Formats: sequence, C-alpha cells, structure tokens
Amino acid sequence: MAYRIDPDKDRPFIEEFRKNPIGHHSPGLMRVLNAMRFDAGDHKPILIVRKPFREWVLGVMPMDRTQPIVAEMDRVFTSREEAEWAMFCRRWEAHTGERLNMPFRTGDEERGSD
Amino acid sequence: MLKILGYPDKYSVAPGEAISFMVSSEDGEDYSASLVRVICGDANPEGPGLQHAPVKSSIESTYPGRKQDIDPGSYMRAAVPQLDTPTSFSLFAIVWPTLLKRDNQVLISKWDAASESGFKLFVTDNGQLTFVTADGGKSQSVALNVRMLERQWYHVHCSVDLDAGEIVLSQSPVHRYAFTDDEAAGRAALKVRPAFVGAPVHVAGCPAAGGRVDDHFDGKIDSPAVLRGVHAATTQAALSLRPIDNRLRADILAYWDFSIGIDTIDVTDIGDLGNHGSLHEMPVRGMKGWNWTGEFHRWTERPDHYGAVHFHHDDLYDAAWDVAFTLTIPDDLRSGNYAVRVANGENTPDETRDYYIPFFVRPARRSKGTQGKRDRIAFLAPTGAYMAYANHAEHITAAEAERTIGRLLQFGHTDIYMHQHPEVSGSLYDSRADGSGVCYSSRLRPVLNFTSQYHSWLGGHGSALWQYNADTHLLSWLEAKGFDFDVVTDEDLHADGVDLLDDYRVVLTGTHPEYYSTDMWNALKAWIDQGGRLMYLGANGFYWRIAFHKQLPGVIEVRRAEDGIRTWAAEPGEYYHSFTGELGGLYRRIGRAPNVMCGIGFVAQGFDMCSYYRRAPDAENPRAAFIFEGVDDEIIGDFGLIGGGAAGLELDCITTTLGSPPNTLRLATSENHTQAVMLVNEEFGVVPMNLGGDQNDKVRADLAFYETPAGGAVFSVGSISWCGSLPVNGFDNNVSRITENVLRRFADAAPFVPPESESD
Ligand SMILES: [Fe+2]
Repeated sequence: MAYRIDPDKDRPFIEEFRKNPIGHHSPGLMRVLNAMRFDAGDHKPILIVRKPFREWVLGVMPMDRTQPIVAEMDRVFTSREEAEWAMFCRRWEAHTGERLNMPFRTGDEERGSD
Repeated sequence: MLKILGYPDKYSVAPGEAISFMVSSEDGEDYSASLVRVICGDANPEGPGLQHAPVKSSIESTYPGRKQDIDPGSYMRAAVPQLDTPTSFSLFAIVWPTLLKRDNQVLISKWDAASESGFKLFVTDNGQLTFVTADGGKSQSVALNVRMLERQWYHVHCSVDLDAGEIVLSQSPVHRYAFTDDEAAGRAALKVRPAFVGAPVHVAGCPAAGGRVDDHFDGKIDSPAVLRGVHAATTQAALSLRPIDNRLRADILAYWDFSIGIDTIDVTDIGDLGNHGSLHEMPVRGMKGWNWTGEFHRWTERPDHYGAVHFHHDDLYDAAWDVAFTLTIPDDLRSGNYAVRVANGENTPDETRDYYIPFFVRPARRSKGTQGKRDRIAFLAPTGAYMAYANHAEHITAAEAERTIGRLLQFGHTDIYMHQHPEVSGSLYDSRADGSGVCYSSRLRPVLNFTSQYHSWLGGHGSALWQYNADTHLLSWLEAKGFDFDVVTDEDLHADGVDLLDDYRVVLTGTHPEYYSTDMWNALKAWIDQGGRLMYLGANGFYWRIAFHKQLPGVIEVRRAEDGIRTWAAEPGEYYHSFTGELGGLYRRIGRAPNVMCGIGFVAQGFDMCSYYRRAPDAENPRAAFIFEGVDDEIIGDFGLIGGGAAGLELDCITTTLGSPPNTLRLATSENHTQAVMLVNEEFGVVPMNLGGDQNDKVRADLAFYETPAGGAVFSVGSISWCGSLPVNGFDNNVSRITENVLRRFADAAPFVPPESESD
C-alpha cells in the first residue's frame, strides 16, 4: 500500500503549501501532493479559464468524453495559486476528514509587502 | 467553448503559390477573415502580449458560415463487381479485436446505405461474430453464441449458399486456452437473400447515411478474402499456402494481401481478377500478422509475417472540409509567420469566437544552383514537431498529468472543445481508444494547439506555451531587435534537402525541434559541416526519427521503440516505419545522438518550475568572449515567462561519449531544479534513487558553444524555456543579450578560427 496522508505527521506541509502552492516543495510536501493528485475515478478536477490570466473557476472533467465538462461557477479565483489552495483544502478533507478553515492569504499577508 | 476553427491545406507556401483554408463556424454564423503576420501568440499580460500585424490581402471579406464535421475511422475499400450479381459466396479473414465494448464493428461489408441492402459480417459489443443479410426493409441476422476475446487472433468464416438456402458462420482461435469458450460454428436457413447491390466491398467499415463510412472495426485484420461459391472454414488453411491451389484460385473474387505495398495506401488483390483496393484515413501498416513468430523484426525482411493492418474507429488522415477561400501569396510578401484570423463575434468568458489559422511563407523557390548567397538568417519552424504534438490531449486522458506538471490542469475554451470533439484525433503522444499508440499524425485536420493564443497544459507555469506559441517568443524577439529573417519549415527541409539552407549563414531552431526525418537530419548536418552556424534555442531536439509518406502529403510516422520518454510503447516487432522500412525510435539508438548535431543531448525533464544558469569556467575562454560581451552576471536567466526561468521543462547537457565535440565549451550550467525535474530513462539502466533535480547533478542544462572545421559554429542552450526569458524587461536582459551577441557574430561572414591565428 502506498503512503496515506497522516494528518498529524503531515500537518507542517499545510502551511508550506499555502505559502507557495506552485514551486519548490520539500520531499514531505511532495509526498502529500503525489497522494492527493491522483484519482483512479472517472471524473477529474480541473481548472477552467474564464478570462485568460485573470479569472478561473474549478471544474470537473468526465473521462467519458460524451459527457460535458462542468464548471463550478459559484467561486471565481483571480490567481492559479488561490485555486490550488482551494483544491488542497478540499483534498485534505477528503483524505483526512479534517476541514481546513484557513484563507489563502490572511489580512496581514495581503497588507504586507509580498 | 470554441466557436470557430479551421486549418490550412499546407503549412509552408512560397510567393506565387496558392494556399487554401478550411473553416467551421460552429453555430453557422457568418464570419470575417483577414490576413495577419504573427509576431507574438502569447496572451500573458506579463509579456509582449498578443501581437498580430494586419496585412491587406485578397481574402479579406465576410463569408457565409457553416459547421463542418469530421468522419473519422479507417477502412479499406475495393470494387468487386463480380459480387454485384447474385451468387453464392464465402468470406474469410483472420482478426485481432482490440475494443470489443463497441458495437457493430464491421469486418467485411457490401452494403448500400440508402436502401439498407447487402450484407455485413461484424462483431457486436459483447464480442459475438454476426452476419446480417438485407434487402430493402427485410433483414436477417445470424450470430455465434460465443464471445471473442480482445487481442486474440481468430479465423473467421462465413458462407452464403443461395442454392441450398443456408448461412454458415464460424470462428476459431489461433491460440486455445483452457476453460475458455471462444470457438464456434453455426448454421441457419437463409430467410432473406441479400440484395447484390452495386456497392464496393468495405473492410473495417460500412457505408452509412450522408456519404459517411461508419461501424468501423478496432483491431487488426489479416488476409481478408471473398470467394465465389460455398467454401468451408477449412479452406482458410489452403488459402494460406503458396502457391494457392489452382482450383481454389479460380473461385477467388478478391484476396487482399496487406503485406504487399506496406509503404503505400494501396491494397493488392492476389487473386486473378485484380480487384485491388485502397486504405482510407490511415490505418496502421507494417503490423505483425497472425503468423508472426518473433524471429523477424523488419517487415522488409519477411513481409509475409506483417500481413495485418490495424484499423481504428478514431483514425484520421484528412478531415476533408470544404475550402472556404484560397490565398495566392503575393510576390512581395516577406517570408514569415502568418495566420488567417477568422472571427464570428466577440470573445466572452463562455465563448471564443476568433481563431488564427497558422501558416508560414517561405522565400520564393529558386532553381537549383541560384542559391548560395549565404548572408541571411533563417528560422527553421519545427513543423515536424508541431505535427507530432497536433491535438496533444494527455491533459484529458493521462492520469499522471496533474502530478507531472505540479499544478491543476488548466482548460481554456479550446481544451473544452478538444474534450468534446475527440474526432479531431490525437497526437503522436496519445493513444487510440483501443489503447494502441498513435503512430501517424496528419496536418490535414484542425490542429487546436498549433495556433496563436493557445496556452498549453505542458508549457510551464506562467505563459504556459509549448511548441508553436513558445516559438513566437523568439519571433517577437527577432522583430523587436530588428533582425531581417526568413522562415522555412521542417517539411521544406525534408523535401529540398541541404539546398534549402544554402542561402543562410545562420539557422535558428525553435524551442523544441524534436522530430526529424532522416532526410531532414542529413540536410541540417551537411549544412553545419559546410560551415553553417546553428543556434539551437531549445532542448530535446533531434530526438525521434520520423518518416514522411511517399504518396500522401502532410503525414508523419513515429515508432516509439525500445527507449526514451514514451507515452506509449511500440509492440515488439513493430519498431520499423511502415512509410520507409527504416528502424524507428531514438536517433541515439542509431548512433546519431543529438550531441552529434548540436553538441548537447536530452538528459532531464520536469514541468513545474524552471530555474537559472550559473556561469561556468569556459565562459572566460577567449573563444567565448563575444558571447558574454556586456554580460558580467554570474547568474543567467533567473526570470522568464515560462516557469519563471530560462532553464526548464526539458534539459540537454554536454556528453562527449554521446558525440558532443571535444572542443565544446560549457559556458554555463543550470542548477537548483525541483524534485519534479527528473533524469530521463535512456540515462540509466538501473533506476537511481535520486532521480530529481533537487538531488541529482546530472539534471541540468548546459549552455554550449563550439566551432566547426569549416569555419562555422554551433550555439546550444539546452532548455525549452530559454526563449521564454527573451521578452522580459522589454527584451533587455542577460538571456536576450547573450542570444543577440551570438546571432550578430554568427551572421558575420568572418570564419571561426583559433584565437591565435585571429591575432596574426
Ligand atoms: Fe517533446
């Protein structure tokens, strides 16, 4: 059996991912992401572009190509990183049962120099 | 969703020649068309932005729109007029089904779609061999009560006895397994005599309404035959003997031997009636037949072991859309990267209503011997690689895609269209629905990822460009720097050979010139050896061997044999190109590693983030002084529109044992790659523990330079993302400066000579 996400041991990687969803990751975070980013099911989560380089929504792609791709229109993301964080939270919950109640950027982080 | 799309009838056209365009307006709206010169196809606001210069032309107008469809699926067709009049007959074939979940997969038919008359022998979606005979409204169906298994060979047979009024149907496996019930024979009274319609015989398909051919078979068919009279299943063994018994021979109406003319689309009837046929939509030839033993691997050596054709319901050679308009290239139009922009409305977050149909204008053709001025710069558009990647759809089909790129897969309107329209057919990276690798790719179809403003899932974080649009970063740089250049393409190089390049002192490659035919390889190498100056501005180039078809334009073949990064693998025994008989696979496997062409070769790939180069000791070598003029930086390219750095996606390095010239200078080397950038599999025999760039120093790009004995030189960057750094800071940065230094020196006639003789 391949590695299963352990909410206690893997907790430090939540913050590592939130700070930098796309880029260099520690081996521990890569192990978490490799577990999350694979789904043997027949529907895959994807990112759908609404306005190129400006607006995205999450969506679901059926592997059966006679079925349509469905967009989740209720939440629009203004960066890919923000969408990555939303997907990470969703998958963390699916793997551990824990809900992460943490915004992508806190008020301080948004005000601070980036 | 994408609401308009199209394709040209050629990718390269010379002044005075005509090029035609096919357009589908998906909801039927009228559309406008205009000619543009493509300067930059990247919509990223961080970069130069989309740049298309309008060009006045004869095609500028509004056109009536209509939706055009694609009828995919390969098949064989041959007229057998002796079957147009009533006669008893027998059908034979040896078949290897590969996708039995599809229904109505016709092996052999003679059918008139309008009157629904004739006969067809097919396999159902539960693997049952079935025969239907029909005459107008009446039809009769006979099926065997056993199921075929996928990827097993079966002898199939059917006879229709008009005098005795009987149908006999049988199947028998070539290999028998215990407790497996897949052999059967059945008889039924003939209740509906088939109408003997004047339609041709189809193998692996059946005529359908609207002129389509449908009900395709997925799998291999070997030795299909139609005989006059009633013959038993055992006759198939006699048909396999050579010479064929002359009494049996007299009954052959058609016996198609697919082992003849493997490098063509022609099918030979080895019976006496000459009912030859042809293959449509490019089923795969040079395929192992039912009798392949493993002793022979080249179809040229034992063609009789390669008597199978692999048909697919999703094969496509020519979408065959109606021509919308034709442009004759004016004599004074400069060579370059062009497109016809078609638009049927405004773009919105839900719909894209404009599309750029790309093509290249090459310089005027001249007769042999009038070239040779050698004073110009050429961009060699890697159209072979563009065709290889045509409609690359692994973001839709590959389970590993998100892990590979380290972020969510991004779908624009074009990707959504691609998901919904698999009939545009896949790339050489994709597999057919039956799981077999796509080894032929044609440009006579809409190629959705070869167009301005397409952003690719594979193209690195940021601009996310791959192939054609990534190459427009280089074109926009040439434009911004004011260089005068021509554009020629891979297909021109294949057709014209080294003569094509005689005019040029400098050739610039694209970011990923991966696919070379033997003729292309020889021509480029000869030009370098004669003193040409190559700027290889990418990585994983000169990697796969491809072949062009000798009869059909615009289609290439690859066999993913034995080694290299392969999204599918050719079956053992199927490593040789059907188009040429050459061994397919990596150039490295035939002693022509990329290093022989350009000093460096493929070593690693990874698609999340890109990195930078650090200056190496050879940067101080006086031979390299011109390259670093005005660049004192230790770190090069720690910025970029593609993955944030000049070193990434795919990486090449210097390897002397693979053919990098001993006088190659290592000017700079990339470092600090992520764990996702990994060594490629031809680099190891035993899988190492430290595959990733965070732990393995072999994972790197080398910036390389060497002079050639004829006074020419080669400059190679070894990274696909190099050109993505050119536009940063208004094209003013150290990647841009190094590239410009090299191009200016390479364009200078002075030969490259050793430094000591230069000072004499
Ligand atoms: Fe490639």
